[in-house]
Amino acid sequence: MYQYVVKRLLLMIPTLIGAALLVFFLLRLLPGDVCEVRLAGTGLFASQEDIDICRKELGLDDSLYEQFIAFAGGYFTGDLGKSMWTGQPVVHEIQVRFKLSLQLAIMSTLVAVIIALPLGIVSAVKQNTWIDYLVRAFSIAGIGIPSFWLGIMIILGLLIITQAWFGAGWMPPINYVSPFEDPIGNLAQLIWPALATGYRYSAVATRMTRSAMLEVLREDYVRTARAKGLIERVVINRHALKNALLPVVTIIAIEFAFLIGGLVVTEQVFNLNGLGKLFVDSVGNQDFALTQHLVMLVVLIFVMTNLVVDILYAWLDPRIRYS
Amino acid sequence: MATPQAFIDTGELDELKNPLGERLWSLARKQPLGTAGALVVVVMAFAATFASFLTPYDPVVNSLEDMLTPPNAEFAMGTDEFGRDILTRVLFGARTALFIGLVAAFLGATIGLVLGVASAYFGGLFDLIVQRIVDVFLAFPLIIMALAVVATLGPGVENVIIAITVPFIPQCARVVRSSALSIREIPYVDAARALGYSHARIILRHMAPNVMAPFLIMLTYFVGQAILLEAVLSYLGMGVQDPTPAWGLMLKGGAEEFLESAPWLSIFPGLAITLAVFGFNLFGDALRDMLDPKLRSR
Repeated sequence: MYQYVVKRLLLMIPTLIGAALLVFFLLRLLPGDVCEVRLAGTGLFASQEDIDICRKELGLDDSLYEQFIAFAGGYFTGDLGKSMWTGQPVVHEIQVRFKLSLQLAIMSTLVAVIIALPLGIVSAVKQNTWIDYLVRAFSIAGIGIPSFWLGIMIILGLLIITQAWFGAGWMPPINYVSPFEDPIGNLAQLIWPALATGYRYSAVATRMTRSAMLEVLREDYVRTARAKGLIERVVINRHALKNALLPVVTIIAIEFAFLIGGLVVTEQVFNLNGLGKLFVDSVGNQDFALTQHLVMLVVLIFVMTNLVVDILYAWLDPRIRYS
Repeated sequence: MATPQAFIDTGELDELKNPLGERLWSLARKQPLGTAGALVVVVMAFAATFASFLTPYDPVVNSLEDMLTPPNAEFAMGTDEFGRDILTRVLFGARTALFIGLVAAFLGATIGLVLGVASAYFGGLFDLIVQRIVDVFLAFPLIIMALAVVATLGPGVENVIIAITVPFIPQCARVVRSSALSIREIPYVDAARALGYSHARIILRHMAPNVMAPFLIMLTYFVGQAILLEAVLSYLGMGVQDPTPAWGLMLKGGAEEFLESAPWLSIFPGLAITLAVFGFNLFGDALRDMLDPKLRSR
């Protein structure tokens, strides 16, 4: 097991180097750069000289080789450079937004688990009844509904309901407050995007829970548990659920990695100042310095999550051994 | 080996006896959800093809006196801020979505197919290099990759297609390769090589047709994924540009400024996206059940 983890960690190195090269050259392929975007934004005619000065300041006229060393070298020196758009250090830009995105990701996962586990279990226990059909319809719908549209509909629903009840439309607040300072204000802001992303996420997990439970409920040891007179609740919770959880945990972990992508749009819909919005903005501004580090962060999280999933798998099911 | 008994399959006789309609009906009974998905796909294709005959309005011409009309008898889904009929734009949007979805899915899956089969066929160093490159591409979440590509190329229909195609290629290549690895060991590939056929011919004529099942399944899912991705890119303002009717773009305009005053602007395009993604997913599920029962567990 230990050897397996080390081997996987070592295999990550070429992947990350490849990703760094890919991102770096992909961004440099594009015509135009942050200087053109920035000077065009002032509305004045930008002379070639102004653009050249700006490029020189940002190091964009260095050779590609020098620029790559500056970018990748940052991971060894700890200095990731400055955003080409705001001039703030990249680390700072990411730091101030990381909390929000992390909290949103965790809350979405919680929403997904809270929806998926009970629904999946009920659906499996009551297989082929109207409850089962209802749950399956609910979860299939979750796969089709884009989370950003669901977010828009949630905002619309909030507006209409508050308008009808209180006479004034209410929308979730835009400014982030820490959950430790103002838990209610924090929840009022983040529960809605968490619902929007969590529902889609739960759809996959509900289907998985249902099919895993169905499989386990047919096992001999479940019949034995029932035969020795245990009440149904204990049979389901202790004997069946525990053994059905493995694939469920896996799918939740895998989906967690995809969640990062989903947050990009959800944050845009709810106007949240998180990493997803920062990414979209930095792409729009052609802020290479920020974009490349953000992409690398996402890639790192993605790759690490996949590794954790594989380790979790072996840990939860002692029958699985990696060699 | 095919014995004479196995050759005269009773199922085949049944098929000869039953007319097409009856066979379709029995298939629909066996796969109700898949049939529903197929119906959605057919309706969408119909709407996309005959959009210009189905509605008296033009999707791009402004008509300012009809601005922001709520849904009524004349405009079933209302009009947008330029007085354009939403229903018309949803119908024409199906054309955009389907065009981008089909082209991107087909390109991505086909390039992935060739790459995956070639990787399995050649093996050795070539396989190793291709698979490490695939690893790198798979380390990016779909949307991040698509956004990075679109940032490089700029917005527009062709660039959106490329941006969606690029992340599909490694996904398909990985899946196809694992199927193709077992096919390489079957003697007819050796036979083809012994006959002196070129590598390209063996890959395309002898191996590729035998990985059609995973290929078709991936292709169907890709179409749904591509439609969703296109909507997301357009919604973020980095995809299809106005005045081209596209569902994601309609949502962007509707949700930002007119959510409270004219909610129909954001309700109907979203429903269209949902239905389309839904249809292709159900269709893909049914296809997977039929073509590859081993994969059914997920």
